This record gives sequence, C-alpha cells and structure tokens, in this order.
Amino acid sequence: MAGMNMIQALNSAMDIMLGRDPSVVLMGEDIGYFGGVFRTTEGLQRKYGEHRVLDTPIAEGGIVAAAIGMGVNGLRPVAEIQFADYIYPGFDQIVSELARLRYRTAGEFFAPVTIRTPCGGGIRGGQTHSQSPEGIFTHVSGLKVVMPSNPRDAKGLLITSIEDDDPVVFFEPKRLYNGPFDGDPTKPAVPWSAHPKGQVDEGYYTVPLGLADVVRSGSQVTIITYGTMVFVALAAAAALEVDAEIVDLRSLVPLDVDTICSSVKKTGRCVVAHEATRFAGFGAEIVSVVQEECFWDLEAPIQRVTGWDTPYPHAFEWEYFPGQARVASAIQAVMESA
Amino acid sequence: MNKHSRLHLPRAPARPGEKPDFSYVQISPAGAVRRPDVNARALDIDALAVEMVRVLDDVDDAVGPWHPHLDPAELQVGLRHMLLTRIYDERMQRTQRAGKISFYIRSLGEEAVSVAQCMALRPGDMLFPSYRNQGLQIARGIALVDLMCQLLSNTRDMCKGRQLPVMYHSKAGNIFSISGNLATQFPQAVGWAMAAAIKGEDHLAASWIGEGSSATADFHHALLFASVYQAPVILNVVNNQWAISTFQGYAGGEQRSFAARGPGYGIAGIRVDGNDFLAVYAVTQWAALRARTGAGPTLIELVTYRAAAHSTSDDPARYRAKDDQEHWPLGDPIERLKRHLIKLGEWSEERHRALTGELQALVGASWQEAVTYGTLNEGPKLDPDLMFEDVFKEMPPHLQRQRALMRLERGSH
Repeated sequence: MAGMNMIQALNSAMDIMLGRDPSVVLMGEDIGYFGGVFRTTEGLQRKYGEHRVLDTPIAEGGIVAAAIGMGVNGLRPVAEIQFADYIYPGFDQIVSELARLRYRTAGEFFAPVTIRTPCGGGIRGGQTHSQSPEGIFTHVSGLKVVMPSNPRDAKGLLITSIEDDDPVVFFEPKRLYNGPFDGDPTKPAVPWSAHPKGQVDEGYYTVPLGLADVVRSGSQVTIITYGTMVFVALAAAAALEVDAEIVDLRSLVPLDVDTICSSVKKTGRCVVAHEATRFAGFGAEIVSVVQEECFWDLEAPIQRVTGWDTPYPHAFEWEYFPGQARVASAIQAVMESA
Repeated sequence: MNKHSRLHLPRAPARPGEKPDFSYVQISPAGAVRRPDVNARALDIDALAVEMVRVLDDVDDAVGPWHPHLDPAELQVGLRHMLLTRIYDERMQRTQRAGKISFYIRSLGEEAVSVAQCMALRPGDMLFPSYRNQGLQIARGIALVDLMCQLLSNTRDMCKGRQLPVMYHSKAGNIFSISGNLATQFPQAVGWAMAAAIKGEDHLAASWIGEGSSATADFHHALLFASVYQAPVILNVVNNQWAISTFQGYAGGEQRSFAARGPGYGIAGIRVDGNDFLAVYAVTQWAALRARTGAGPTLIELVTYRAAAHSTSDDPARYRAKDDQEHWPLGDPIERLKRHLIKLGEWSEERHRALTGELQALVGASWQEAVTYGTLNEGPKLDPDLMFEDVFKEMPPHLQRQRALMRLERGSH
C-alpha cells in the first residue's frame, strides 16, 4: 500500500497496464512529453517511449477516430480528452462509430478503447472546464460509463476499463484529484493522504464494472450518488444526524441495480444526487429503476439533487453546485413525507 | 518493435535544458516577396503561402512592395495600442497571482497580430477572436474598465458572471463572444461573411485561431465553406509555435506552412512575419480589399512566438527551453515598431518612457474603478438570480421552479 492521490492512482493504473500489455497505448493532447495538464500521465512517455505514449493534435474527433483504428488493428488505446467539456468534437466518432462497431459487424470488429476525461466543477473553471456530461453518454447503447470517487477505486476501475473489450468512457471528477471534497469551498482542502481510500495497492488489481460500493451503511434513507457528490452526501447526512445508507455507483453503465434496490427496500426512502444538470439527467434513470423495482417499499416520493438546468456559471459556482444544503433539503423532504 | 519505425513523432526543437533552436523557421528577407494584385487567382499566388512577407528590415527601415506607407501618426497609434495591451496584460497577470481574478491569458510577443490587423479593418467588420486577441478589444476602443469588469465577474461584467475571465464580447464593438472551445468561431465567421454577401453589405468578417487549433475539424469546415461560397472573410492562423506544451509540428507544421492549406482549398494563403507591424497591416489590408471587392477569402498565417505561458494555469518551464523567446528570430513587435519610428524621427526613448508611464497610470486608474463594481470575493455582487436568465429568451417553468429553490437554499444559510 502507498499513499496516492487520484492522479497518482490513475498514473499507476496506466503504468501497470503499459508494463503488462504491449498493446496498450496512451494518446492525447499534452499527455506525452509534458505528462498531461493535470500530470496524470507524468513520466510514462519517458518510461515506455514515444510509440506507447503519443502526443496528438488538438482534434478530439481525430483522437477518437484514430483510437478506433488502432483498436481495430490490435492495440488497446487509452485516449485522454483534456476536459470533458472538449469531448463534443469527438461525439460522432464515439456515438456513431465506437459504440456501434461491434453491433454492426456482428462482433467481427471491435475497438477496445478507453476514453479518460476530467469532468465536474468546483474549480472556478467556468462553463468550458466544469461540465458533467455523463448522462449524454449513458444514453448511448454500446458504451460503458464509469466515474470513480476516490484513488483506490479509480485505479482498479481504470485497469478494468482498459482490459475491457468494450468501449468505456471514464470520467474523472477533477475536484477529487487531490482530495475528498464535501461541497464546502470555505473549508481548507483535505488531502487524500488523510483518507483511507488514499491508501492504494501499488500492484495490479481490478475493481469490477457494474458493482456499486456502499460507502456508509444506514437504515433511514438511501442516497444513491457517484463522483464528487459522494462526499457531499456523506457530509450532509452526518450534519443532519440521519442514519443514511450511501451508495457510490462507481459505474453507471453497467448499473448495479441489485445493490440500489436492496438498499432502498431496506430503508424505504431514496435520494438520488449528481452534479450534472437535472432534466433528463442520469438521476432520472435511477429514479425510474427504483420506482419500477421498489415501488411498494417506498415510504415517500424519491428526491433528486442536481446542478441547475443552466450552463455552468463562473461567478455563481457555489450557488450552482449541489452542495450540502441542497442535499439536506432533499433528505429532509424524503424523511418528512409519510 | 520501434527500431525502424515508420511512425514519425515530431520533436520540439528545444526542450528544457536544451539550447533554443529556431533554424526550422523559414524566413524571407524583408521586401523580397512580391505583392500581387488583390484580384489575383489563388492558384497563381501559391508562393505567398510558403514565403514570408516582411517589411521592416534588420536596420529598422520599411522596404519592398508590401510597405503600407502609413502616416507616422497612425504608427504611433499602433505602438500605443500594442504597448497598452502589454501593460494591461502584465497588470492583469499580477492581479491573478494576487488572487483577485481566477484566470488570465497574456498575449505577450503577439501584440502586432491583433492591433495591426484590427487597424487595417473597418469598424463595421465583424471580428471573431480567440482568447489571445485582447489587442482587438483595445484597438477597437473598448474601455479597459469594461474588460476588467469581465475579468472580475462583477456587477458590470458584460457576461453577467457566466464566462471565465478573458472570454469577452462586444456587441457594439462588433466583436463576437470568445469561446473556451477551440476554433468554433472560425466557420462561424465564414457564415457571418456569407450573410453579409447575401444581404449585399460590404462588411467582411475576420477570425483568429492558433496553429494548434488548425488541427480541429472546424478549421477545415471554415476553409471549405469559405472556398465554396468565396465568402468575404479573412481567416487568420496565429502560429505562435506552441499549443500549451504541444509544438506546432503536432498540428502539421513540419511538413508545410499553415498558410499553404489555403491553396489546397483554392483560397489565397499568405505567410507573414507576425511581429512586423507594417507587414501584418499590409497583408490584412490586401486581404480586406480582396474580400470587399468580391475576389474571395484569404488565409493568413502570422508567424510569431508565444513569449508567455499559455495561461496562468500553465508553466512552460516544464516543456520548453527557458530563454526560448530571447532567441526568437523575428524579435519583439513593440521594439521593432518603436525602433522604426525612432529611425523615422517620429519617436524617441524619452517619449516611449512617457507613454509607458501614461498607460500604466491609465491601467491603474481603470483597475481602481473596476474594483468598485465588485470582485469575486469582495464588494458588490451579481444577483445569483442572473444564473437562470438567458438560458432561453423566456424562462421556462422548470427554471423558474429551480430559481425559487435556489432562493430558498440561499435563504437557509
């Protein structure tokens, strides 16, 4: 075990996979010589060479398309899109090509591409460095979608994603890169070294996709969340002294319906929380699943906590961000309904 | 497997610890490149795309057919705009370091691009800038206070707190909104120019991107639509050699100039010394006349050097030779124009010092005023209700509900 922040854990995952599997290549803007704008690929080009860790032109459509071609030709590309906000020029290649290649060729062609991309707000990044577009990708058949909330999961999930023969869009909540964040920007930053999940196995290990993690067991209400909101939910529930069960989904597609439903059936109350906008967001899918599977066990209408349905505003970051107060209101609403 | 690889991996000429090397930059002597008629067919003037138009020579004289013969008073205005841009940048950089604004991008070493080009255009021409074109705002006469209020996201911010610092716009100044997404404005400028032609107006559009952004599909969309419709547009690639850490070779610059992509699309391409105020002015004037007379679009590559970091979030010492910019063979645009004016007898070191002091005072006074309208952390604040406006023209019910919830949430604190 070693202390790692999420950047170091992701770096370790790629380091291990480059070492284990000669077909793994990394590609992206500024990732090679420079080591990435968040330093996630630092040292890897020096260690594995320019043929394994490729700098690319600034062309997300080109990056995804080239990764597909490389994948078809036997490589296992891990492509970085520098910010999730910049993924859209690659959207056609992801949706129309990467996600469907196996289907349209009856399984004869496939591209085992992992697309890593930093997402989420809380860093004063304005509308082009703060978005959470996971729901756009969960809606596409043929894509797996992952979002870790801590270094230990990040490493194991990334290794699993790289080894997966299906395409994976791997979202990295960048506000969590250096430490857990409970949604209160006025508190001093907490490093991962102060958190158990900042202790990471230095060797190879995997965390399976489609397996949620119950990060806190509780009896009164289930909070289903992922990414940055895991720590916001923990803090909000603690402040209210509510015995909440908090489920970190970790992977959105495939989705761990069993863990979600057994928790909601136990508590009878459910809050769904994500940073992304609300309307037709991924939370709506969760609410629908819970309604379909747990209707007769519910004591109250399910509550959703989300970002507002506006573009991410620079000046109003903390009025926009679904912080502890918004989570607390939802918990109170679901607890008060009889 | 890599010993005899057929895969070419571009190498930056100098990384940290190495000696700066700009031998790859092809430079024509000042005055050497011919100036064709503005109505010349693109295919007859291919050479312009690989040569380099230069007017200021090594002894600070203006020479050759591209010499624009500007009035000294106009050159002094150009010098003032460039100097103001630089002083503004320096002050805002310090302001960011002091935690007063969240982010900043300087244009150090590239001031001639925006200032000379803007001065060669008319006020009715529409500008579609990138994030390193603050010289356009200054040359168009946008008040520094207005720019600073945007940086501060304060109560007089033109973007109402919704954009990152430096993402200005000016409806009245005919300057389009800056996007954090790269090159999206390039094909939009072509569309604006097509509309001007459809409406029978003689305005043109101009847009700027970095050479790194020429890798995007939008760059190619712009050239294609400009070619198909022969739109009255000037498409500018500011080749400042670096896209964060990515060297221009990763945008295809090793094989052929960026200007040479114009002729491939049937568009005139011109490569120009981007640190030569007179040359930049002259090629822009040529391209503007070409566009206005219906002779079609022009792709201009402005060869310059990003002397500063990409942004306040960047540290170039990690990826390029430390004193790189001091070895840049095309010098500094402000120094070069200053020396030319001195040689003409129209300027002096003393006047330059006085102007520097005057502009520093202007920037200082503007900042003092701007902060009275609030900063990110202190003073008057924008009403958070503004977050919900302008998502749509009329606020739909679900946003009205969310606004009410936000008010409740804020009230509970």
